[in-house]
Amino acid sequence: MKNNGILRILARFLIPLILLVGLYIQFHGEYSPGGGFQAGLVFSAGWILFVLIYGLKRGLDAIPLKAMYVLSAAGVLIYALTGLAGVLLGGRYLEFSDLLSNPQAAQQAGIIIVEFGVGLTVATVAMLLFTLFARRRQMWDEVLDEQALNDEEDSA
Amino acid sequence: MVAVAVVRVRDLFAAAMLFAIYSLLSAGLFTVLDAGDVALTEAAVGAGLSTILVLAVLTLARRHEHPTGGYNWLALAVVLVTGAMLGYAAMDLPEFGNPDNPAQTHVGAHYVANTGDDMGIPNMVAAVLASYRSIDTMGEAFVIFAAALAVFALLSVRPHRGLPGVRRRRPISRRRASQRKPSP
Repeated sequence: MKNNGILRILARFLIPLILLVGLYIQFHGEYSPGGGFQAGLVFSAGWILFVLIYGLKRGLDAIPLKAMYVLSAAGVLIYALTGLAGVLLGGRYLEFSDLLSNPQAAQQAGIIIVEFGVGLTVATVAMLLFTLFARRRQMWDEVLDEQALNDEEDSA
Repeated sequence: MVAVAVVRVRDLFAAAMLFAIYSLLSAGLFTVLDAGDVALTEAAVGAGLSTILVLAVLTLARRHEHPTGGYNWLALAVVLVTGAMLGYAAMDLPEFGNPDNPAQTHVGAHYVANTGDDMGIPNMVAAVLASYRSIDTMGEAFVIFAAALAVFALLSVRPHRGLPGVRRRRPISRRRASQRKPSP
């Protein structure tokens, strides 16, 4: 779809906007509707739009598959380790009040860190699922090509 | 009406699009009910991601539903009985928006009263989600991660020849054919 001018221009305008809205929802989640989950999905939607226009290869150049694997695990780890940090500083698991001296600021910091972890996981998992399905089609095509080649050889 | 259309239509592409419209309408409904967080989630998940994933699956499957003959009367009976039971149970639900409802009198009141003092942030949904009910949200994050692992385990294996799904013949491209070494 790279050759369709309307799509390309619209996407060039929309993709940065979508990514920006995703980041806004992520970091403004305490003041307005939103949070890590929604932000991750919106951010990944921007990337998926990029892939739909420019192709999977260029999308994976921007965010490689390996980075998705690592980051999706890292998001969950950030969440769990934040909880553990609370334990180490003398509180209960996932209790944020002891992270900083001011309990209110500590709660806010804890929420922001934890939501960041959720956002990271959700965004990369959404991208990963899309990539896996899209790549499956390519795998099939390769297998079909081989099959056709072999059939041709057999008949020859 | 959209939901009925989703069930009735045989073209799976049209069904996916109708389902996205259905999700968007639900998101609008949630917005009207002042549930911004839920509306945002419904719009992002229902209308956005799940539609994209269904379309991605459609590239692997046939576009039209396999036609089935006749009707399954047992299924209809089960659905009708379940629906009637749910409708009967719904009559016992407390009045919508009543301040004496269990949802308002249990822990909800505590959250409403203390979020400002505990956290100092205005979005109570974020406070409940990330701090008061933090372990639930962690479980949710782990579930998402596990889902990704499951899809990865299913789809990263290379399909082998003669797989029942791999049936359609396609003409081979010239480039690939010329790359292949001539057989001795």
